[in-house]
Formats: sequence, C-alpha cells, structure tokens
Amino acid sequence: MMRFVKAGLGASVIAILAFAAGEAFAQDKEVVFGFQCDRTGPTATVGTVLCPGYHDYIDLVNSKGGVEGYKIRVIEVDNEYKVPPAIEAHERFKKEGAVLEGLYGTPQTAALNKKLEEDKILGTSPGFGSAAAADGKRYPYTFPIAASYWSQAGAAVEFVKEKLGGNLKGKKIAYIFYDNPAGKEPLPILEELSKSQGFELRTFAVPAPGVEMGAQVLDIASRYKPDFVIAHLFGRAPSVSIKEFKGKGYPLSKVVSFVWGSAEADIIAAGGMAAAEGYNTMQFAGVGSDFQVIKDIVAMYKAAGKPAPKEMASSVYYNRGVLNAAMHVEAVRNAIKAKGGAKPTSEEVKNGMEHIKGFTLGGLLPPMELTPADHEGGGWVQVWTVHGGKLTRTKDWFQGYRSVIQKHLAADASKS
Amino acid sequence: MFHREAGVFKTTYAADMALYPLPIAKWAVAALALIFVVVIPMAVEEYYLAILNLIFIAIVGALGLNILVGYTGQISIGHGAFMSVGAYTAANLAVRLGLPFWLTLPAGGLMAALIGVIVGMPSLRIKGLYLAIATLAGQLIIEWTINHVPAISGGAQASIEVPRPDLFGFVLNTQGRLYYFLLFFAVLAIVATLNLIRSRMGRAFIAVRDQDIAAEIIGINIYRYKLLSFAISSFFAGVCGVLYTYYFGIANYEQFQLVVSIDYLAMIIIGGLGSVLGSIFGAIFVTLLPIVLRLLLETVGSLVFSDAELANVISGTRLAIFGGLIIFFLIVEPEGLNRLWRNIRSYFRVWPFSY
Repeated sequence: MMRFVKAGLGASVIAILAFAAGEAFAQDKEVVFGFQCDRTGPTATVGTVLCPGYHDYIDLVNSKGGVEGYKIRVIEVDNEYKVPPAIEAHERFKKEGAVLEGLYGTPQTAALNKKLEEDKILGTSPGFGSAAAADGKRYPYTFPIAASYWSQAGAAVEFVKEKLGGNLKGKKIAYIFYDNPAGKEPLPILEELSKSQGFELRTFAVPAPGVEMGAQVLDIASRYKPDFVIAHLFGRAPSVSIKEFKGKGYPLSKVVSFVWGSAEADIIAAGGMAAAEGYNTMQFAGVGSDFQVIKDIVAMYKAAGKPAPKEMASSVYYNRGVLNAAMHVEAVRNAIKAKGGAKPTSEEVKNGMEHIKGFTLGGLLPPMELTPADHEGGGWVQVWTVHGGKLTRTKDWFQGYRSVIQKHLAADASKS
Repeated sequence: MFHREAGVFKTTYAADMALYPLPIAKWAVAALALIFVVVIPMAVEEYYLAILNLIFIAIVGALGLNILVGYTGQISIGHGAFMSVGAYTAANLAVRLGLPFWLTLPAGGLMAALIGVIVGMPSLRIKGLYLAIATLAGQLIIEWTINHVPAISGGAQASIEVPRPDLFGFVLNTQGRLYYFLLFFAVLAIVATLNLIRSRMGRAFIAVRDQDIAAEIIGINIYRYKLLSFAISSFFAGVCGVLYTYYFGIANYEQFQLVVSIDYLAMIIIGGLGSVLGSIFGAIFVTLLPIVLRLLLETVGSLVFSDAELANVISGTRLAIFGGLIIFFLIVEPEGLNRLWRNIRSYFRVWPFSY
C-alpha cells in the first residue's frame, strides 16, 4: 500500500511543479480569455458542440495574426454545470490575467455576477442567466449579448401575430414550459401582452426532467385547441414535445420554440427532420454553414490537412459558440484600437464590449448594438423553420415589443 | 516530543475523553493553526485561497452529513435541499429585514434543522434504502416549494441577491477576507463535531447506528436521538447553505439540487464514514482532485494536442480518471481516506522496527 501512496504523492508533486512551470510563459503580445464550458455535465449535449465553435473561431483569428497583433490564449474550464467549479474557474482566469470570460450555465452566472463586478472582469452569458442582467447599470460586468427570455417572449408573440394575420384579438395561445425559474421567467411578459393584444393565454407546466408531457400536450391538442403554441423547454424535453405534438395530431407549423428547443439534435432525436416539417425555432445566432466565417474555418482546417470539425454539422450550437467568441474578439479589438495598440485592461475591454455596433459577421450575428445601459444588444432573434429536411430562415432579425420589455426591465431595477 | 506511549495508562475518565490524548496532538494543532491563520493567507495567491474557501464550506456540509450517516447510521439524500432551506432563510432575513450575518446564519441553520426533523420523521419507522427514498422525496418537495412560493424564492427567478457580510466595518468582499470568515466556521464545525461525538449524545448516536434494538434496551430513546441527529445534521447543512449564499452573494435553488446531495454523500464515503477527519479528507478530495487532474492533464496534454483539442480531451479523461481513482481508493481501503491515513500513521509509528 505504501507504494500507492508514494506514487500518488509523486504525481501530485509533478502536477504542482508542472503548473508552476506553465505560468512562466506569459507573453507580452498575448491576451488571455477565460472560457467556461460544460462537456461532461447535464448540458453536455450543448457544450460539446458549442465550445468547439468557440475555439475554432479563436484559432481562426490567431491563424490570421491575432487580434490587432495580439495572440489570444484561451483557458477553458469544464464546470460540469456545477457552481463551485465555476467559482474556481473564475479565480483561475483572474490569476492568469484574463481580460474577459465566457460564462456557462444559469446558476453559475447568478453566482458569479457579484464577483465579476468586484474583480472588474466582464462575463458573457448568451442564453444563460436572467433577463434582468440585460440592464447594464445594475450588472455592469455581466453581458447576456443575446436575446433574453423576456425578449424571446416578445419576439414569439410578434411572430405568432404575423402568422395569425396581424391581429391577436380573441386568439388562443398556449405556453408550454419547463417548470423551473428559467421556464417561468417569460410569464410576466406573456401575461402583459395577452392583456394589451387581447389574446387568451393558458400555461402548461412540464415538471423536471421534462420527459413526460403526454397529459399536457393532450390537454393542448384535444381540449384547449389553441391557435398557436409557444414552447420553452430544455434538455430532452423539446424532442419529447415534438414527438407528442406529432402523436396527438397538433400541427407543428403552429408551434414556435424558444432558443433551447431549437437545435438540429432536438429535432433529429424526435424522429428526424422530415417528421418535424413546419416546426418553428427561434435563434439568437445564424443557422447553417452558409457564412463566410464558417467557410474560413473549414479552409483553416483544410490548410492543416484535416477534415472540417464534425461539430459543425450541428450548426445551431456551433454557431452560438462562434457568436460568443466573435463578440469576445470584437470587444478586445475595440479596446486595443481605443488604446492606440497598447494592451488593454479588463475594464477597457468592458468598455470595448459596450461599443460593439454593426458587427454582424455576414449575418451570423444579429445587428446588435451594445451600450453601457443595454448589455443584451437589443434582444434580436430570427425564426428558422423545418422545411424540406432542413432548417430554413422564415423571419430575419427582428425585435418584439421592445417597449414592453424595457418597461419591465425598469420596473425590475426599481424593485431591487 | 516524538516518543509514543508504550501502553494505555489512562486512569481517569477525563484523560480518556481528552481531545488531545498526547502532547504531539496539541503541538500539531498549534502548528496547523499557525499555518492556516498566518502562513497561508500571507504566502499564497488569491486563487488558492478561493479553492480553500470552497473546501471550508464543503467541510461544514460534509461534517453535518457524516453526523447523520456516519455516526447515527441514517441515510439522507436530501441534504442539498436542507442547504437551500438555510440559504433562503438567511437571504430573506438579510434582504427583507436587513439582519447581519451573525443573526441570519444561526437562523438559517435552525430553520434547516426544523425542516430536517420533519423530513427525518420517516426514519422512526423505516431504514436503509426506504429512508433514502423518503429523504429523496424531501429533497424534491423542498425544491418544488421554493420554486413555486414567491414569498420564499423572491420571484420567478427564484434567486435572492444578498449583500456581502461585514464585520466591524470590514466588508468581506475579497477571497482573503472571506478566507478568515469561512475558516472560522469550518473550525467551529470541526470542534463542535469532535465534542459532540464524545458527549453522551454522540455516544447515543453511535449506539443507535451499531444496533438500534440493543441501544433501546440499554435505555436510549432512539426516536429522540434519531431526530436529534437529523436536526443537528440539517443545522450543519443549513449553515453550509448560508455560507454558500454569502460566498456567492446570491441564494439560488439551482445551486442545491439533487446532484449536490449526491456529491456530499460521495465526500463522506470517500473520506470515511463516522470520522471527523474523514469528512475533511473527503471534502478536500472531491473539491481538489478535479482541479489537480485538470492542471496535470493540461500540462501533459499540451505536449500532444492543440489547445482546442485539449479542452475536449481533458473533460472526458478527467471524469474517467476521477471515477477510476474513487474506485481505486475504495478498493484499497473501503473504510475511506481516513482509514488510509491511520494505516500510514501506524506504519510510521513503529517504523523502522515494524516487527
């Protein structure tokens, strides 16, 4: 047994020494990005596709000489969707001098909001965290940089209105949601819009883990018979919902899903693209591989003699990773330019992030405009519909009921 | 100072129950105190303090769970929920009434103790796997309640932001300041548990664990002691939840879901059931091993892979090694790291004359 103990001690000593040696490499012409990911936890299906997209974009920038002459070094930490590892990750990024970091996960974002502000390092959380984080005055270092659930709710109603002929008066809309805080978050927006637009709203909660919703869908399809369904589900639940709607005979063309029920994998798991004809999905990043930046990444791989990454096929999540990386790079680019080429501090990078405007990467990113007050960038979404075996764009970048969302943000801010 | 006893010469009960049976133990504690209070905060970077802080919080929770599982022989997979009870109690008191942490912390613990007793009531009738399922139900009911009662959860997001605790005008907003704050409570929890288990109550717990019928026959009210064990254990869990709340600056029920209960059970099983030192070892092991493994893999892996590939390789490999190491340690020593440590100690105690 002593042998084992000695071997263990030896291994840890090597680890510590090696770690200490690794630190000596810090370079002048280098900026450090921290990036959290979940490749092994409950949301691994997202992380294993999204995070390679992030790395590929950074590699692309590095292969073209970096950002304004600075090479980017990414430190990735897999937080397994647990909170304590996310705290450890943040401290690691801080120690290595990261100028910004990508967050992963809603509870992790919540637990780090305060720390980010204290340490003056910005964190981006596209698709995670609360709608209130869009308010840059309340959370100065948290950047959702993608449509929040409130904005998505507004956009969903806008889309439904268009589909139902421009008037919602007297129409019936069902909202089926995962019964957790994220699922319940859009309710105040939907309720207010139901009053102002005159439609009837009924909500159907799906309890965790969301794999059993036969009763709710039957209720919707056979009893309530709404004119449209807005679905806000996570994990396995979107696939199950597609199957159930199909099975109960409710047309999928009258269903619009929030951003976490809208990946190719969700649709394929529900029986394939062909079976889900008409299913509408909201997206905060472009879908598909028909973008110059994606082609550039493929070319980069080709130049290295490798095939294009297989994650690319799952373009919804992959492109979201690219979006996150692109916003990071752009923020740093702004900061370096503003400083005349000198290496920026994390506060200057935050300032750079708040001045991103008109950066769309050929349509992969929405026409976001970040300001010190609006860290969401406007809350833009696209709607993509399953059509002929693939996702096709049915509605270009749009915002829904912006004034209602801004009113709620202001009300929420005055509460705290 | 290093010479050992050559036999058992205890002649009084006081000597038998002493916290430090040997002078070396006293010296060791003094040295540890010096290292933790003075040397570490001055010598190491904030990053390492942050890891230690996480370990301190985990120690409080692991000790609490060990009182219940290790010492009293009852099982609970609802401790994550008890933490959330403490967290939300403290957060509500801190935000709505503006109470300071030295009031919200015990209040969170007491509320968790109360809920713990209620969830623990099935233990009067059922044991083992049945009790595990009953406490699992407790976990789910508490999660659901927090999620659906805005009066507790503070709104649809089910999260309440709390201000940083302050003490004598010092706002505890850096890892260094939080270090002392959390160290204090970790030490308090350790000392409290050490004292608890050598008291009448602790011995009653052990009697209930070893043979409950025999314990009842010798006059121990097992109902009372089982519920007491649930109460004390949940109190620790509640305090652990409050510490998490102040450390993160937010109470959020998603931080205390079922997987947290399982993580803490893993800590005490790896560390050693029914031992204080085992709880500490377990908390350190489960918190630190993934970090050390990642650093090791990053260094070794960077020789072979590019950064982007490496990230993919590390996650999976780390999980496999982590799982493998747990199996390895449990095969080498089923009674946990604490027993392993004692074996090492007794080896060196007679070294080099082991026969």
